[in-house]
Amino acid sequence: MIRYAVRRLLEAVPILIGIVTFIFLLLHLAPGDPATAYFNPNVSPEIIDRMRENLGLDRPLHEQYLRWLRSFFTGDFGYSFSQHRPVADVIRDALPNTLLLSAVSLVLIFLVGCAVGAVQAVRQYSALDNVTTFVSLFVYSMPGFWLGLMLILAFSSPAMPEFLRLPISGVTSIDYEFMGPIERIVDRLRHLVLPSFALGIASAAGVARYMRGSLLEVISQDYIRTARAKGLSERRVILKHALRNALIPIVSLLGLYLPLLFGGSVVIEVVFSWPGMGRALYNAILARDYPVVMAASFLFGVLVLGANLLADLLYAVIDPRIRTD
Amino acid sequence: MTSPLLQVRDLRTYFATDRGEARAVDGISFEVLEGETVALVGESGCGKSVTALSILRLLPEPPGRLLAGSSVQLRGEELTSAAESRLREVRGGEISMIFQEPMTSLNPVFTIGQQVSEAIREHEAMSTGPGERGPAAAKRVAIEWLDRVGIPDPEHRYGYYPHQLSGGMRQRVMIAMALSTRPSLLIADEPTTALDVTVQSQILELLASLQTELGTAVLLITHDLGVVAQVADRVLVMYAGQIVEEASVEALFRAPEHPYTEGLLQAVPDLEERRERLAEIPGNVPRATAWPTGCRFKPRCPYAWSRCRDVPDLLRSGRAEQSAARCWLVDEPERRRSGSGFGPGSPDGRREEVGES
Repeated sequence: MIRYAVRRLLEAVPILIGIVTFIFLLLHLAPGDPATAYFNPNVSPEIIDRMRENLGLDRPLHEQYLRWLRSFFTGDFGYSFSQHRPVADVIRDALPNTLLLSAVSLVLIFLVGCAVGAVQAVRQYSALDNVTTFVSLFVYSMPGFWLGLMLILAFSSPAMPEFLRLPISGVTSIDYEFMGPIERIVDRLRHLVLPSFALGIASAAGVARYMRGSLLEVISQDYIRTARAKGLSERRVILKHALRNALIPIVSLLGLYLPLLFGGSVVIEVVFSWPGMGRALYNAILARDYPVVMAASFLFGVLVLGANLLADLLYAVIDPRIRTD
Repeated sequence: MTSPLLQVRDLRTYFATDRGEARAVDGISFEVLEGETVALVGESGCGKSVTALSILRLLPEPPGRLLAGSSVQLRGEELTSAAESRLREVRGGEISMIFQEPMTSLNPVFTIGQQVSEAIREHEAMSTGPGERGPAAAKRVAIEWLDRVGIPDPEHRYGYYPHQLSGGMRQRVMIAMALSTRPSLLIADEPTTALDVTVQSQILELLASLQTELGTAVLLITHDLGVVAQVADRVLVMYAGQIVEEASVEALFRAPEHPYTEGLLQAVPDLEERRERLAEIPGNVPRATAWPTGCRFKPRCPYAWSRCRDVPDLLRSGRAEQSAARCWLVDEPERRRSGSGFGPGSPDGRREEVGES
């Protein structure tokens, strides 16, 4: 198991180098360079040339690449043009917010998805199954940004009773500094509700569909009949013998849905003014702030890679047939 | 006479299908006495497995349903109307079951030891010794049973997953799981069909020796007459959802009463007698949604005559004790000699349809 994990980690290294190289080349293929981006047109060409020299842009490409690679892997992502502070600082502020939002959405996706799918499978063709199937298909086909906007309209509307109104932007309220510790947690959670819902609910609906199919297939297996023939209660048959087998294909969905989640966070963070990586990337692209774009793309790459690794490890934990080889 | 361990009376299990109602098991009655081995024999689709699953109420309902009037009694206790909680005590406790496919009958994500001890813990009172409770006792008993069914190095194998064992070993695990609760009846649904021949006889010998040791009665479901001859005391032959013949194993092999049984026996290869083609029963088993009227074997029977429009109940024959067949030939044995009997199959595998409908 540990050997498997180490092997998978080592396999991730060349992929990471590939991602970094790709980002580097993409940037050099784009017209212009950081020096032209820095200065306005009436600066004389001699000064720009000297700036190039200072920045090392006159060196051969492979040399630039190696220097850049070294700094990148030591966590020096350069300097943000638009925010006038190191990219590392920008990331330090934004990354925790994105991780929090993604983690909450992920829990929502898999808890709600699996629970709904399992109930649908156990009560196949019942009214409950039909209604939840309809609702999940409806939710699944809704674009996240539109759902986000509708949620904002609904939950900030004066027509909504006071106790149901939820914050629609930011991570904390303005008076966060003056709150007690419990109030702070509640405040943060309240701010998480709408964005994580908008970000995760479509995927949750997808997971529910997969879970329903997976559990239905497992329930018809011979070993479920064996479990019943042993005299186990129906509850134990489903929760112990069927569920774990049904979860095996669902775990591999984790690797598929996480990239979707990070991609979706770009849109959802903008809609809900959530100060995370997605919004930082969006603003950096608009401002042509290349160092931030590069660092953010790289980090998203790392997150996706990490998610896939996690999915594969979970796969081995849950399915003993993977572990032995 | 002692009262039977299991008494099945007029059991009818029907299924709702797209083609109408399938009468998979259509009014069968039999009994199993304490400690004896009864074989239930028939072709695929004749209702053998449905019978077994109906006894323990393990069929999905719907689409299946047990018809009113069906009765399954365990030592006089009615199971068809028993509460789910009581059925759970019976399942795996008083009546255990093993299945045809050892490859898929064990849960792939739990170790074989966990699966055996789970059965033991579920029926703790009957499987472990007095005063012994809890997971440690269950594990000890499970290891004991893995040893008894001939799994080498049971302490170590306890932590194996099913995919690490061969088919024969898995079937041994199934047997350990089924017998560890010391049931009075074991229903074995084609326990050796999926195994190769050498493993088959090992498993049958294991079952037979454990049965003698524990005094368990066995209801053995099979289509393999070789298996029947090896282990059974009594045989029930099933055709098209009904029992067509009941006899002791000696009587059945010596003098089958029902033409279907006769056909089955002639279709078994004989090492002494070299034949180009084995005798075969023409045609196929009819569909359960449309059984023939009258005798259900009539369209395939070489002896069929006008009387077969009606069908008798099991007729006792004078030839052997406890023998009975659902056939008029018991009444009119002289017709058997004049009939053509089963010949070798023609190359296209068909012969002229006999009788109407």
